[in-house]
Amino acid sequence: MQQVASTVPSATERAPSRASVAVHLERVRKTFGEVVAVDDVDLEIRDGEFFSLLGPSGSGKTTTLRMIAGFEQPTSGRVLLHGRDVTGVPPYDRDVNTVFQDYALFPHMNVGDNVGYGLMVKGVPGKARRERVAEALRMVRLDGFERRKPNQLSGGQRQRVALARALINRPRVLLLDEPLGALDLKLREEMQIELKAIQERVGITFIYVTHDQVEALTMSDRLAVFNQGRVEQVASPADVYERPATAFVAGFVGTSNLISGDSAERIVGRRGIFTVRPEKIRLSEPGDAAHEEECTALGTVRGVAYQGSDTRYFVDLDGGLELVVTRQNLATSSMEALALKGKAVRLTWDRRHNLPVTKGGEGTEEE
Amino acid sequence: MGAHAGRIVLRLAAGGVLVFLYIPLAIIVLYAFNDAKSQSWPIEAFSLRWFGVALGNAKVRDAFLLSFQAALGATTIALLLGSAAAFAVHRFRFFGRDTISFLVVLPLALPGIVTGMALNSAINFGIERGGPSFGLITIIVGHATFCIVVVYNNVIARLRRIPRSMEEASMDLGADSWQTFRYVTLPAIATALVAGGLLAFALSWDEIIVTTFTAGTDETLPVWIFSNFRLPNFRPVVNVVALFLILLSAIPVYAAARLTGGSGQVGTR
Repeated sequence: MQQVASTVPSATERAPSRASVAVHLERVRKTFGEVVAVDDVDLEIRDGEFFSLLGPSGSGKTTTLRMIAGFEQPTSGRVLLHGRDVTGVPPYDRDVNTVFQDYALFPHMNVGDNVGYGLMVKGVPGKARRERVAEALRMVRLDGFERRKPNQLSGGQRQRVALARALINRPRVLLLDEPLGALDLKLREEMQIELKAIQERVGITFIYVTHDQVEALTMSDRLAVFNQGRVEQVASPADVYERPATAFVAGFVGTSNLISGDSAERIVGRRGIFTVRPEKIRLSEPGDAAHEEECTALGTVRGVAYQGSDTRYFVDLDGGLELVVTRQNLATSSMEALALKGKAVRLTWDRRHNLPVTKGGEGTEEE
Repeated sequence: MGAHAGRIVLRLAAGGVLVFLYIPLAIIVLYAFNDAKSQSWPIEAFSLRWFGVALGNAKVRDAFLLSFQAALGATTIALLLGSAAAFAVHRFRFFGRDTISFLVVLPLALPGIVTGMALNSAINFGIERGGPSFGLITIIVGHATFCIVVVYNNVIARLRRIPRSMEEASMDLGADSWQTFRYVTLPAIATALVAGGLLAFALSWDEIIVTTFTAGTDETLPVWIFSNFRLPNFRPVVNVVALFLILLSAIPVYAAARLTGGSGQVGTR
């Protein structure tokens, strides 16, 4: 944990790393009529990094991506690509390419013409074009698919064609708008690994929009968590999970398990808002004792969700608070797990796992 | 059991509708090949002799030519103005956009006789001020009023089905607005344009009400039929001409339906 999770806005606070900045958003704001889609966002995305914009739908992540691509113009603020102010520059004059959520392949063109489109409109002659199309298709493991039509391809293959089409221009930044959203779970997991491998091979900055926190944690070097048009936290996956800056981040990336107000004073020993990850909490008999350095609380199991490899227990604390506890089913059968429902239990966890968070928008409180 | 009976009833109903629609047309087609001059049943001998008589008739040839020119002219105007209107309404948000959309479609629903009257007055008004007199030009203008609608409807329906991301992807890959139109948008609406054009042609081809008010003394094929089919001597020739009309309207409508995948706007008055 080399870097304390920093929250935005505070671009000056963050020490610029050795790597140069690929994309810089400066107090970018976008409104659609009355609705504020993106609210004064400051972001610095480094050259060559896999950066995710994570958030629920309507949080402003896609609008932010579209402003980097040039499909939307900011209401105020500036967009800089490698130091050049591109605010107001049309998409075709920006050195970025996009992989769209619906792939947006041209249905009347075959795969080869789709992939070669960017070269064709730039006037690259046919022979050089064909060679680079073949090379791009090889990279996404679709060698020899030039003659197929998009409607003859599976979802995963279309996805790869869209990727090859966007990469053939050799952009310095690739934008991906929930590109795996339409694929089934198995394929999605395969593509996550493949995308990451391709990114490392070509060394291009990837900016990846997703609402799936597992996906963002798996693939990203760093990520920004969006909520209601604002960025709540920018940090590495480990920092976002282990040191969530706000209650929202804690809840969106994992289970929130918030302890606040009187309960915080009683359980943690001081006021504030704390979150504790469900896998850090131990379930035991009410009579069991807890160590000094541990937090503890009594409660009743209200619900049990058996999920195969582990089980989620929903526990109502006596003080009027609900915490979720997950436990691996190391030696527990489903019957044993389900039998806990309605039983009185003691919850214990190490003090270190109380993560202080703010309501949102402000900086992290130190413990 | 119930489902099975239901299916039989539906099939009978569908069959009934087809019989109702096509028996009269079938009779006309049969009579066109009837050797006898009088329409008596059963037909005693079939022949092609009335085709020869029809083709030898100068008035029929003139009417055919005029109808064809009018349909081509009206279709051309409809393609240009109809698609331009569709692009404007689809692409830009402006004050009164919905009103314009409504006003473009309205002529299709207006009674032809009203459109015809109005055009007739307008043409008379124009002639006094040096405008074109009744003839091919005025027929084309009259037909264009409703042909524009079918092109507009087809093109705008297609434009609405093209995802926005398609044009964005093109711009994203480096194509400017013109290249995007040329390589992405135009191919995507091409079949809608052709289908709209074919329907416009078919509409103009058999139009009679508006034509009556805008043609002056010239006769299109439908007008010629209307003025001749009561004359017993001409009855066999009229049947042959009607067969031509059927063919030249059915072929474009069939092609248009194929092009739009059966879901096209087959607007007809």
